[in-house]
Amino acid sequence: MFFRQSLAVAMKDLRSELRTKESLNSAFAFSAVILVLFSFVVDVGDSEILYSMSGGVLWMTFLFSGALILNRSFAREQQNDCLDALLASPLSGSALWFGKALANFVLLLAVQAFSLPLFGALYNLSWARSPGWLLAVSVLGAWGISVVGTMFSALTVNLRLRELMLPTLIYPMLIPLLMGAIRLTTILISGEPIAGDDWIWLRLLVGFDIIFTSLALLLVEVVLLG
Amino acid sequence: MREKILYALGGIGGLWLLRNLYVMLLGLPDESAQGAIYRIMFFHIPSWFTCFTGFFLAGVSSILYLVKKKPGYDTFAVANVEVGLAFTFIGLATGMIWARIIWGIWWTWDARLTWAFITCLIYAGYLMMRNAIDEPTARARYAAVLCIFAFVSVVITFKSIEWWRTQHPGPVLSIRTGGGKMDPAMESVLYQNWYALLLIAAVMVAVRMRQEGVQREVESLRRQVHAAAA
Repeated sequence: MFFRQSLAVAMKDLRSELRTKESLNSAFAFSAVILVLFSFVVDVGDSEILYSMSGGVLWMTFLFSGALILNRSFAREQQNDCLDALLASPLSGSALWFGKALANFVLLLAVQAFSLPLFGALYNLSWARSPGWLLAVSVLGAWGISVVGTMFSALTVNLRLRELMLPTLIYPMLIPLLMGAIRLTTILISGEPIAGDDWIWLRLLVGFDIIFTSLALLLVEVVLLG
Repeated sequence: MREKILYALGGIGGLWLLRNLYVMLLGLPDESAQGAIYRIMFFHIPSWFTCFTGFFLAGVSSILYLVKKKPGYDTFAVANVEVGLAFTFIGLATGMIWARIIWGIWWTWDARLTWAFITCLIYAGYLMMRNAIDEPTARARYAAVLCIFAFVSVVITFKSIEWWRTQHPGPVLSIRTGGGKMDPAMESVLYQNWYALLLIAAVMVAVRMRQEGVQREVESLRRQVHAAAA
């Protein structure tokens, strides 16, 4: 029941996003802009430096363009009091949140699927040397960003300066996830295997996702319904 | 009357700190490896403990607010976060001075320092978010949720010296190491200083809570006036 409801919310969000493409298009465009800007930050002639910075560049790109998607997640429901209608429906608050988190997760993955090849092409890197692990890290990272982001999107939806408050609150919160994701992505793009001490970063990603998903499921009812 | 008791307690805290200063400057010898600068530890560690205590109390009282919905818990939480944040800044500043002398650099991005900085940012975000919400019950509710999330970073900051290899030294107090890392005389001064800082922090929290209470009263009076005028 919970999952059917969540899936309905997620499909609704994705459908309306695919029809308007308002946050997806801006996220794509924004991530391209950031990737161009990073070409001035790093020495593009030195492929060794490029490989060693690849994880950081990529996840900064995902994070900045992801904030556009997360900002729209609950703000979209403000027109015509849609949020009140959703809350008045037989949905539980946590099912609503979970559905929105799923939709954001798919959209974040779409942004990654767009910017990763673009990054590879612009900087002449062969990034797909261990695609399976890279996908796993992307999925774990996107889920973590989506969980924390959707939760705080619900928190900040009625705030003044919403677009500013959401990144200010979630970026520090996401740092453990980013540390792990950046380290692992750098290793994987450089073509090295995950070995030794680096397994702890994968455990960190999984732990982060579990802790924050359960915290959010526990607390989201309070945020949405009071 | 209540005010006088508060100020008296604050005064006792100040005197206690003076007494500790006397002991640490004139009673204790220089440390063998670090010389005189090690004494900054007597403020560095206790101010971090005080700030963790404040954030912990804020987290507990946020949970209680969500369960019981009494505005007093929210007041207690925000007072503790504000005072805790002040002690975070003291901890960061003393740590940076110490690092400059012993390591030769103001800052390094090891796990402990990074996490301490993140914690500071998150709680600053908490105060910023409170300012952005006008409606008192919504503000209390959202702030409580954020405060519970934020406490995760306090735990990570506290445990980071065990989880990562850091430039920052590992645990030294005998309660965490089982003893042998620090001279008992020094350790006792450290605790004495912590108690004194805790006392001062408690006074500040109490003063801050009174302000919040007055603020709430003003807001409700204003609402009544608006209602009567309408």
